[in-house]
Amino acid sequence: MIITKSKPFEEVLKELEGESKIFIVGCGSCATTCETGGEEQVAEMKKRLEEEGKTVTGTTVYEEVCHELNTKRKFRENKEAVEAAEGFLVMCCGAGCQSVREATEKAVHPACDTVFLGNILRLGNFEEKCSLCGECVLEDFGAICPVTRCHKGILNGPCGGTDNGKCETDREKDCAWTLIYKQLEKEGKLDRFSRIYGPKNWQANMKPGRVIFEKKGGE
Amino acid sequence: MTLLIEKHAKPSIQEILESGTFLVTGEIGPPKGSNIDEMIHHIDLLKDKVHAMNITDNQSSVMRYPSLGTAILIKERGGEPNLQVTCRDRNRLAIEADLLFAYTRGIRSVLCLTGDSIPVGDHKDAKSVFDIESVQLLQLIRNMEEGKDLGGNELNEPVSFYKGAIVTPEANPIEPQMLKFRKKIEAGAQWFQTQAVYDMDNFKRFMEQARKIDDKVKICAGLVLLTGPGQIKYMNNNVPGVFVPENLAKEMEEAPKEERLATGIRICARQIRMCIDEKLCDGVHIMAIGKEDVVPQILEEAGVDITKL
Ligand code: SF4
Ligand code: SF4
Repeated sequence: MIITKSKPFEEVLKELEGESKIFIVGCGSCATTCETGGEEQVAEMKKRLEEEGKTVTGTTVYEEVCHELNTKRKFRENKEAVEAAEGFLVMCCGAGCQSVREATEKAVHPACDTVFLGNILRLGNFEEKCSLCGECVLEDFGAICPVTRCHKGILNGPCGGTDNGKCETDREKDCAWTLIYKQLEKEGKLDRFSRIYGPKNWQANMKPGRVIFEKKGGE
Repeated sequence: MTLLIEKHAKPSIQEILESGTFLVTGEIGPPKGSNIDEMIHHIDLLKDKVHAMNITDNQSSVMRYPSLGTAILIKERGGEPNLQVTCRDRNRLAIEADLLFAYTRGIRSVLCLTGDSIPVGDHKDAKSVFDIESVQLLQLIRNMEEGKDLGGNELNEPVSFYKGAIVTPEANPIEPQMLKFRKKIEAGAQWFQTQAVYDMDNFKRFMEQARKIDDKVKICAGLVLLTGPGQIKYMNNNVPGVFVPENLAKEMEEAPKEERLATGIRICARQIRMCIDEKLCDGVHIMAIGKEDVVPQILEEAGVDITKL
């Protein structure tokens, strides 16, 4: 799940300065769960923009705005409203925004800040557990990611800042290394803790990432 | 090969520790800004009173005059530096290059740290690097000593350093800390300075455990000068891995305001004496954080003269 936070409305208004006709795109997947770009938030945004004197030429909320072909199809379905718009306000992640970028030549504006790939602990409560490093090392660490959940991404044990199982950077956050230690202890695999892990390959997924899967036979 | 410093004015940390002499080190905290007069004053004040001086590397993630520049300055003024290197602000290329430079300028000992996190410092929006961390930094140096950089490429000549690391005797939980201590030794650490210790009973227990893991590695107790009840409260509440026990807090509280510093000096001197007399460890590292002026006084009160150790 891609976690997003809504930008302050004033900031959104600033982005839209000089454009009076706006088309709003929301996302039925992550941004709906985050309540940043679902049906409700899109309707609310429409209302507020209209109160500010903008014309909302149309809105659409569909699954996976990050799917570029999908987005182009949705734009064709909403041809009239899309053509009438001077700009697009995208209420989902940065990937969704750039998917819209590919579907139009007009101005595209983000309504959200995209923060991380998150696990859903419960509704409205998300936590980052994987930062997409491109070379997964979970196997060695009791399936608790030190790259992401340790603030410093340490691979060889706790820093001096660990405090009663909490992280020095934020007492509300668990120290990943206390968690890893306890987990490996439970599994009887403390030998993994004692192993020295050399420098990580930070270029395992060279930015910007790109993957093309070979088509399997028959297709 | 040409080292730009031909003659070392002082014995190295390695020579001192390996000869069995009790090591006394101090610390220099570089200033924020280009005026280094006060720092030079501190260097000159300490260079003959302690065996060597640590130089902090953007300590607490606060940008300052660089540790490498200060280490060279100490060398130039006839002192012996212990260069602290953290992994927070530089990636492996930058660290390797710095180490080449340090080596050619006669720096012989490096303390390997991961570094504090960016948000505790004064550049809260900065990108943190942590390309490698303390254990990997020790490995990196060992690699360079074997003539290779981390890219696997040959160096035209290797480097050589006495490799130090830190350990936190008050860590909670302690078990992972001890496992990491062992890993640091495996990765090449030859000596340790500890995070600040005050509870000497706990320190003794830590030393017993540490000696069991490795009875050859050298360990020096980190001592931070106490300056008043406010600082004690702050450290107990905000500095992980540091714990000032009740009896010391009380000793400080009962001291009249104008005698607080003197009380801190007395406590520190007492700890140093205890480390020496009871042969608790191989040396002490005195951190006077901003009060470097009183280090000679601490040593005097402890009856320590490094020329006579
Ligand atoms: S190691 Fe961590 S960041 Fe990398 S892929 Fe695995 S879970 Fe994600
Ligand atoms: S306290 Fe734990 S999680 Fe936080 S930076 Fe240190 S080792 Fe990592």
